[in-house]
Amino acid sequence: MSHDLGTIQVLLNGKDREIPGGQSVQDLLVSLDLRPELVVVERNRQILDRNRFPEVTVEDGDTLELVHFVGGG
Amino acid sequence: MTQDTPFVIAGREFGSRLIVGTGKYETNQVMVDAIRASGADMVTVAVRRVDLDRTKEEGILHHLDPKEFFLLPNTAGCYTAEDAIRYARLARAAGFSDFLKLEVIGDERTLVPDVAATLEAARILVDEGFKVMAYTNDDLVTALRLEDAGCAAVMPLASPIGSGLGVVNPFFIREIKRRLEVPVIVDAGVGTASDACITMEQGVDAVLMNTAIAAADDPVAMAEAMKLGTRAGRLAFLAGRMEAREIAVPSSPTEGMLA
Repeated sequence: MSHDLGTIQVLLNGKDREIPGGQSVQDLLVSLDLRPELVVVERNRQILDRNRFPEVTVEDGDTLELVHFVGGG
Repeated sequence: MTQDTPFVIAGREFGSRLIVGTGKYETNQVMVDAIRASGADMVTVAVRRVDLDRTKEEGILHHLDPKEFFLLPNTAGCYTAEDAIRYARLARAAGFSDFLKLEVIGDERTLVPDVAATLEAARILVDEGFKVMAYTNDDLVTALRLEDAGCAAVMPLASPIGSGLGVVNPFFIREIKRRLEVPVIVDAGVGTASDACITMEQGVDAVLMNTAIAAADDPVAMAEAMKLGTRAGRLAFLAGRMEAREIAVPSSPTEGMLA
């Protein structure tokens, strides 16, 4: 059972993902090799203040969008 | 010599009247070299999902220093006011500025804007404190409404995005410039340096382009050509051109000819 292993299910950039439970948004970004200062996070349709990345825990069932700037006109 | 006035948007002065995009370059190095050659100090960027399978190579800020270039995020790819507002808020949360290139597309084939949705989004975003630079078509009434809505700049197209057709409606570009107080920036459709020059000769404040540079065989050379074209057009506008006439007038004296 995933619950016993401490994993949670999230929808991350449109894809279902199983990730370890209990981690902060900051932890998640670092685990994905991302530099938190270059990423904007939308959690359940709410933009998350970057200063709060370390204190906000990713919860089971969260919908997360991680966006950044790319080339465009 | 005629002196130019500073180019100011929402109280912020920019050194170049050429604004360039950062999309469609073959490599990031060519992009950076081309932008430097263009002399632009404002560059547009798009907001997209991080590709979680290749996080290392992605993200334009790994290549472009926001201290060197002023970033103008866009809402490209949005087809509704609601989507554009969502992208705008995400862009601002990146923490660079309140400036935004608002773009709400209405038609997939021509990429012409949905002006009703653009106006709706502009009103809301202006209320939220954004400095909205609105991409629009070459319609005077829409341009006036966008100014009324509080946009910091109005950006009519020269011709469809990525088409390279140049200025298809110079009369209305001039009329929009004549009638608006806020800066008018022609955005989209420029194909080559003469287009940039012709655009600036209409008297607009600036020109914004991406594909014309990125899709050239040598983007860095084209970027420099665009810099010169933009500057030439601006100077020609300030200089005040001679009247065109459909009859020849000799340039050399008609007196003093040999018998």
